[in-house]
Amino acid sequence: MQDILFILFSVLTLVFAALIVANRNPVTSALFLVATIVSMSGLFVLLNAFFLAAVQILVYAGAVMVLFLFVIMLLDLGTEERKSIKAFSVGAGLISAGGVLGVFWSALQRSDMTAALGQPSVVGSTKDLGLLLFNKYVLPFEVLSVLLLVAMVGAILLSKKNLN
Amino acid sequence: MSFGLEHYLMVSMLLFSIGLVGVIVRRNLLVIYMCLELMLNAANLAFVSISRFTNSLDGQIMVFFIITVAAAEVAVGLALIVALFRRKQTANVQDLNSLKL
Repeated sequence: MQDILFILFSVLTLVFAALIVANRNPVTSALFLVATIVSMSGLFVLLNAFFLAAVQILVYAGAVMVLFLFVIMLLDLGTEERKSIKAFSVGAGLISAGGVLGVFWSALQRSDMTAALGQPSVVGSTKDLGLLLFNKYVLPFEVLSVLLLVAMVGAILLSKKNLN
Repeated sequence: MSFGLEHYLMVSMLLFSIGLVGVIVRRNLLVIYMCLELMLNAANLAFVSISRFTNSLDGQIMVFFIITVAAAEVAVGLALIVALFRRKQTANVQDLNSLKL
């Protein structure tokens, strides 16, 4: 059962991700990004990361995508010009992605995966993650709140009409 | 056959490569931004799978931090794109060549 779900969710994730790149309309791309995020949170559930699956859907499919769609509609990008994508850039993209894929692949072949295949016992529940977050990682957590404040002030300042 | 860590890592690296292709090939700033999010998510998937198969929750905390930083990055980046659009009236990267000599 888990194997079937893994195949289903990973194929869905990859297909939707490819459709983001292949689509010409930015709104359609944004909606395919939502689909990618949702199927990826299915993979997170298979990996016992229940809290992260919920956070992924709430933050990405909720907040971030609303922001993206809002900006797309604000900029009126619905009618993208039919400018043909150059063959040079397609070739460069495929070559560089193939190179990166080759590096990852050889790293995966060289690594020792057999040690990591034991029966997993850890479950990413909200309680365990919260305990870890507020004990071991409390300083990064607080720094993160300052970062969010800085990002908020920066976004407000940048979106003013005149920057003087 | 049951699926282990390496299969999850394969999905993660394929996702990263698709995002990289999108960043290089696409010409629309917003779509490039979405593909950047895709690459961040590929890293998240790798973190979560390694976290599960090494029986440690530290990777999941890292994903939590990545999601938060990505949200902050999206807010600032989209504000930058809006400011750029106000000035140049375009979201196409080929039209943004003010730095060209």
